[in-house]
Amino acid sequence: MKDLPWPFLREPATKLCTAQCSIGTSSHHTTTMGSPTADPREIGPLAISVRDLWMSYPSQRQGELTHVLERVNLEVREGEFVCIVGPSGCGKTTLLNIIGGFLRASRGEVLVEGEPVDGPDRRRIFIFQEGGVFPWLTVRENIGFGLDRIPRSERDGVIRHYVEMVGLSGFERSYPRELSGGMRQRVEIARALAANPEILYMDEPFGALDYITRFKMRDDLVRIWEAERKTILFVTHDIDEAVQLAGRVLVMSRRPATIQEDVDIDLPRPRDLNSAAYLQRREQIFAAMGMSPHGGIVRE
Amino acid sequence: MSRDQDTPRRSWRPPAELVLPCTVAAVVLLGWEGTVRLTRNDLFPGPWEVVLGIVELIRKGLLLKYIVASLFRVTWGFFLAILVGVPLGLFLGWFRPAYQAFNPLIQILRPISPIAWIPLAILWFGVSDAAPVFLIFLSSVFPITVSATAAVQNLQPVYLRAASNFELGRMRLFRRVILPATLPQILTGIRIALGIAWLVVVAAEMIAVNSGLGYLIIDARNAGKRYDLVVAGMVVIGLIGLALDLVVRRLERFDEVSWGYGNR
Repeated sequence: MKDLPWPFLREPATKLCTAQCSIGTSSHHTTTMGSPTADPREIGPLAISVRDLWMSYPSQRQGELTHVLERVNLEVREGEFVCIVGPSGCGKTTLLNIIGGFLRASRGEVLVEGEPVDGPDRRRIFIFQEGGVFPWLTVRENIGFGLDRIPRSERDGVIRHYVEMVGLSGFERSYPRELSGGMRQRVEIARALAANPEILYMDEPFGALDYITRFKMRDDLVRIWEAERKTILFVTHDIDEAVQLAGRVLVMSRRPATIQEDVDIDLPRPRDLNSAAYLQRREQIFAAMGMSPHGGIVRE
Repeated sequence: MSRDQDTPRRSWRPPAELVLPCTVAAVVLLGWEGTVRLTRNDLFPGPWEVVLGIVELIRKGLLLKYIVASLFRVTWGFFLAILVGVPLGLFLGWFRPAYQAFNPLIQILRPISPIAWIPLAILWFGVSDAAPVFLIFLSSVFPITVSATAAVQNLQPVYLRAASNFELGRMRLFRRVILPATLPQILTGIRIALGIAWLVVVAAEMIAVNSGLGYLIIDARNAGKRYDLVVAGMVVIGLIGLALDLVVRRLERFDEVSWGYGNR
């Protein structure tokens, strides 16, 4: 295994607080700001900080604005795995695009590693829902795409390492069209990791996959995250996905969206999806989104 | 289950893609021969006379000479068109103002048949190889340009976003993303253009020069109503056109472009 850039994070931060948190349900904050100072997460420095972000764009009707994001505040610490969930069309992807530098906000501030974001950056790689791998390149050429700045002699080793990590050994010379949807997403994840970014932005990366593949991909992503300890900001509309993956889940409201709840998922991984603690966190997010896991919408 | 279905049959059957076209060809040839005999037409040749005509052209050494002459003109005009059309098309596709400025002009020039340019071509280039080369260039440069422009405009935004995420410079972006991403559609444009170029060379040779397959046809008619040679020329043109198309279709199988053609 490679040396971890953050050795102090080798022990997942979440483990430190499981004892304390499993006592009660008081571990979640409904604040939209950062976390209280006593939070054990804060051992990592701040990776992403979004302050008072607003986003609107001209609507179909002339002269009117569609307000997508309103007063969004969030903070992500280095090495954290944070999921953003929300109803479809609420602006999750817009938010991620702004943080990733692909879109400019109407108002507010996005700081990544302490610097304002002014465009895409190779230290933070975006993983798309579908079709992000280059169909004219083989698996190994795709994974090597971001390696133009490291010496040629080292490239093969890096590529091999990540081919193995995402479980694509034997497919190095295949073209994306010869792979399944899940394998293509693995290529994209490997391509991102090979470029050794500090942060991964993932925009519903498993959204187009079938149920079983999605399950496997989540397991593998957790395994990869535990090995690499990249900061991950992961957008999804799938509550189960969020609770399975994240150390913390940010729940977005309907449009104009804001972060309405910040839920710690302080459970050890791999997670027992039938444990009371897991189901309780899941229920909490359902409730925050105005739904009941037992069926029906409780709150409009 | 009966035993009959289980045992594989050893007997060879010719594939349908061979049987069906051969059947059609046989029917057409028979119909042609029959019609010529029934109408007792002296001028219009039957299939066998055409074959003899082709043999005669080969014996006189004319066939090869004319084929080379026609292919020579097509090659020049066509490669000039690729040389101009691909960069121009990519440029127009990438820079919207350039597209807005030049697209109307292209759309006006494009529907003018290259045949209509023949008088001007003769005026500018005289009766030389340059005139048909110019006409072929004109006929193929527009489909190539238009397909390259469309290819850039239809680029999947996600490729460009991924590329910008890895902070590719302009040259790398072009070489590693834009060009490979547009190549399949450009190649389709090139294939269409080659078909048109072959159509046009024959037409151009009927007027502007004194060699080539087009010239052969017009000359055979004028110099003694040799319709067997006229039809022989037509058959050769058709066969070469087919061969050219097959060559470009071969190119479409390369890994660099075959991803762009769906499941063929």
